[in-house]
Amino acid sequence: MSDRLSVFKTYKLYVGGKFPRSESGRVYEVTDSKGNWLANAPQSSRKDARDAVVAARKAFGGWSGATAYNRGQVLYRVAEMLEGRKDQFVREVADAEGLSKSKAAAVVDATIDRWVWYAGWTDKIAQVIGGANPVAGPFFNLSSPEPTGVVAVVAPQESSFLGLVSVVAPVIATGNTAVVIASEESPLPALSLGEVLATSDVPGGVVNVLSGRTAELAAPLAAHQDVNAIDLAGADEALAKELEVAAADNLKRVLRPQAVDYFETPGIERMTAFLETKTVWHPTGSLGASGSSY
Amino acid sequence: MASAFEYAPAPESRSVVDIAPSYGLFIDGEFAEAADGKVFKTVSPSTEEVLSEVAQAGEADVDRAVKAARKAFEKWSALPGSERAKYLFRIARIIQERSRELAVLETLDNGKPIKETRDADLPLVAAHFFYYAGWADKLDHAGFGANPRPLGVAGQVIPWNFPLLMLAWKIAPALATGNTVVLKPAETTPLSALFFADICRQAGLPKGVVNILPGYGDAGAALVAHPDVNKVAFTGSTAVGKEIARTVAGTRKKLTLELGGKGANIVFDDAPIDQAVEGIVTGIFFNQGQVCCAGSRLLVQESIQDELLDALKRRLSTLRLGDPLDKNTDIGAINSAEQLARITALAEQGEAEGAERWSPACELPESGYWFAPTLFTNVTQAHTIARDEIFGPVLSVLSFRTPDEAVAKANNTQYGLSAGIWTEKGSRILAVASKLRAGVIWSNTFNKFDPTSPFGGYKESGFGREGGRHGLEAYLDV
Repeated sequence: MSDRLSVFKTYKLYVGGKFPRSESGRVYEVTDSKGNWLANAPQSSRKDARDAVVAARKAFGGWSGATAYNRGQVLYRVAEMLEGRKDQFVREVADAEGLSKSKAAAVVDATIDRWVWYAGWTDKIAQVIGGANPVAGPFFNLSSPEPTGVVAVVAPQESSFLGLVSVVAPVIATGNTAVVIASEESPLPALSLGEVLATSDVPGGVVNVLSGRTAELAAPLAAHQDVNAIDLAGADEALAKELEVAAADNLKRVLRPQAVDYFETPGIERMTAFLETKTVWHPTGSLGASGSSY
Repeated sequence: MASAFEYAPAPESRSVVDIAPSYGLFIDGEFAEAADGKVFKTVSPSTEEVLSEVAQAGEADVDRAVKAARKAFEKWSALPGSERAKYLFRIARIIQERSRELAVLETLDNGKPIKETRDADLPLVAAHFFYYAGWADKLDHAGFGANPRPLGVAGQVIPWNFPLLMLAWKIAPALATGNTVVLKPAETTPLSALFFADICRQAGLPKGVVNILPGYGDAGAALVAHPDVNKVAFTGSTAVGKEIARTVAGTRKKLTLELGGKGANIVFDDAPIDQAVEGIVTGIFFNQGQVCCAGSRLLVQESIQDELLDALKRRLSTLRLGDPLDKNTDIGAINSAEQLARITALAEQGEAEGAERWSPACELPESGYWFAPTLFTNVTQAHTIARDEIFGPVLSVLSFRTPDEAVAKANNTQYGLSAGIWTEKGSRILAVASKLRAGVIWSNTFNKFDPTSPFGGYKESGFGREGGRHGLEAYLDV
């Protein structure tokens, strides 16, 4: 038994590619499932949430404008980075969710695989849900999906890592940027994910991770005029309704909470929920039924 | 400007349509009076003539209609898709057969020119039913997984600008996917929906599958809030859309909204001027500008502004305003006195805020609701007329110097429904189209619609898409 004193980590937020403490200077105590102290997590404020939206908006142009191939590689890079840090996340997930080491390892494996799954989607989603429309007239028109913008994500409360990634990866795979509120009781895996994202070629601001009181942070995000959509995955029924009402003010796209088994391979709904369809028309120059043309 | 040609009157005959003096609500396959006996009058906007008296739905009627739709849902959703398809094909055919009658009816009740109801609305109405009919037995292949299920009862509230077309956009995909519907047409244009009830009868559609409730906003609100409605679809103003979003918050009701717009029509200096002028006219004067995706903000590159405006003014001087039943009429009546008042007030505000107003010499009929085609120059982005949806034949002209500035100005709005791009340079079309935050982009054309093509907005223009494969999603449990 070594008597070396371990070095604790100061967990910080991840906003705009940087690791700030909460602007409010507040922290709250995070414990494991048995009530043992794990760390003091930053308790973000409304100001932190607004700063995160500014960062996400700033990052949107570059991220949504990146090629799908590039986004896919960046997402895959996240999986690579996670793979190397597996032990850390197994420990954090085991602590956060009260799981045995082997169960926590299964969660982390599934989480890494989830990144890989979404990495492969970035350059396929447009082919699956977009395409040419056979217009009854001399026009060419094409429907393509486009990201809706800044998405506020209330991450699942119970699944602190697999659930978190299952709601964040689809949002950014399609070119949106995200402001994520980590699980209130178990925010540490999410905050550590920030460190992974920072070293994974994900541009700063594409994902912003806040820890704190879910209701306190979700309310200003749901009401924020520069947020385009909100995923209510981790909101309870009463909070979800309140947030949905607030979201109506600028007609945010809302994904309501639903029962999800995060171990299952997801469908594409979490991607399509935050996509717009743009249809672009142009005359074809066809001169009519005679078949004559240019 | 003197016209080169004189036009003889060329009115379409009213005799093809037989409007009854009164109509009931259409519930469970029967016409019925409102529970509280209320009625309202529908008038022809071009003459203010009372066309008919129509039962006015209230809360009790909404409840009755939803119950009928719920009851019908069981059998309708259990029908093989191929059978539902045949009903919809029948409806499409009957619409084609009766399209002259419906076009005249729509013109009478709405005020829009017969050439638009005849050549745009009705063909599209039939095409929508025909298109979605074919989906009914192919839903497994629509990309939503195997055996996607209908939602149940759809509550649908539609506006007065395209009464029958909006009905088709709502009802065709709902029925194809196995839902039943309760539809509330707008209070100023209930007649074509009631004629559609008769088409359902001719097609032998089972009772209760389609229910039509003419009425006011209170009936719409009751329908949206009804606990046994599973899906809400609304087309109309952004303010009402937000109210509906609040109403369905915390429920499991699926919601799609098609709301307002303030479309930018961007003309670059290399655009074919004559085609652009036609596109600008189509963009803002089609349906008297009462179109959510109207190109109501003209963004013209500074170097061609004078040339373009001269050509546009010359073209506007040739537009013929008057009797909507005349086949040569370009501009019909505004749909209601209320809408006319709104357009008038916004135009006056435009003047008060310093924009320069221009209209061609244009004689307005003495009765009815009319507004001359109107152009505002000297408009800045801060002006109310450049920001608020006017929903009338009023065009605001702004200028820009670079493509980036055009994009920035076009996107400077809370709306995101439509935009136009006029340029001969293909790469510029693609570059600008990809940067515009709008659901429909027309390049070198404007205001084109097709049932195969998804339509709907970004930002506060609503959410969800109507038309195409995408339009099915709103009515499926996916």
